[in-house]
Amino acid sequence: MAERVNEQELLLQLADDELVVGWRDSEWTGIAPFLEEDVALSSIAQNEIGHARAAYELLADDADALAFDRTPGDYVCAPLVELRLVPDWARTIARRVLYEAADELRLEQLMASADDAVAGLAAKIEREEAYHRMHAHMWAERLASEPRYQEAVEELFPYALGVLEPGLRPALADRIGLAEVEAVERGVHVDEWPALWQEMTEVRRSVPGAAW
Amino acid sequence: MGTRRRARRGRVIFEVFRQERAGQAFQHAGSFVAPGPEFAEAYAREFYGRRGESEALWVVPRDEIAEIGEFVDELHRNYHRVDGYSLREKLGRARERAGTATSAG
Repeated sequence: MAERVNEQELLLQLADDELVVGWRDSEWTGIAPFLEEDVALSSIAQNEIGHARAAYELLADDADALAFDRTPGDYVCAPLVELRLVPDWARTIARRVLYEAADELRLEQLMASADDAVAGLAAKIEREEAYHRMHAHMWAERLASEPRYQEAVEELFPYALGVLEPGLRPALADRIGLAEVEAVERGVHVDEWPALWQEMTEVRRSVPGAAW
Repeated sequence: MGTRRRARRGRVIFEVFRQERAGQAFQHAGSFVAPGPEFAEAYAREFYGRRGESEALWVVPRDEIAEIGEFVDELHRNYHRVDGYSLREKLGRARERAGTATSAG
């Protein structure tokens, strides 16, 4: 079981999760099932990276340095967001649904923070996430009777539990309608992670201190 | 209807009308394809609302819009049209007769 972590660590987890899930979803840009979805998903991906930046800015003076100058092992993102799911749309939507459900629970917790800056940022992020959930839900309803989608939800559910601290996991199981199982915890990265890290940090590594 | 573009099966073309500021008239903003009304709302928000560029949106399935595009005027009765008379010229002549013509015409 993961141990309880402090708020700074929670915020860094959120930032890394949002950065990486945004990066992964942006891999659909140009190849989503149809044009409108392409634009909508790309826009959601962009939002997530924006949330990551706002969180990094709370944690460090130089958000880019925190986001891109760490070694692969220093990132604290959950394995759920690291998985490369292109070109599997069913699993992509399953991850969106699971991630947004977990993120909602985490944001509720951060919105109750005694630190006004943290609570305020969580509330801001939550207002945008409401539309991400709307997007995820409409797809979930659309795919509800597709076996491939159901299998994807069950396959990724242990990963989704790993996004949250143990205390919040029963609530996630309840929302998704599955029994709690052993979570795929943070701290161990998936096989696809180093390649993604290479890509994400390529500019900063070739031009140290590059900003954009 | 014949010449209208049709969406592929299971998809619907939606037309979007956008109000830029409260109280202004809605103007046609564009169109998109969506699998249904819930998708249409999400896409409309993404494409026409997320940058704060709209006060409100009307999102309408294209097939629900009654389009009228043929207007019969076989005898070219231009007196039915407001541009049949040049009010500006007539006013100018009337002002000349009354001796109140202005430089602005």
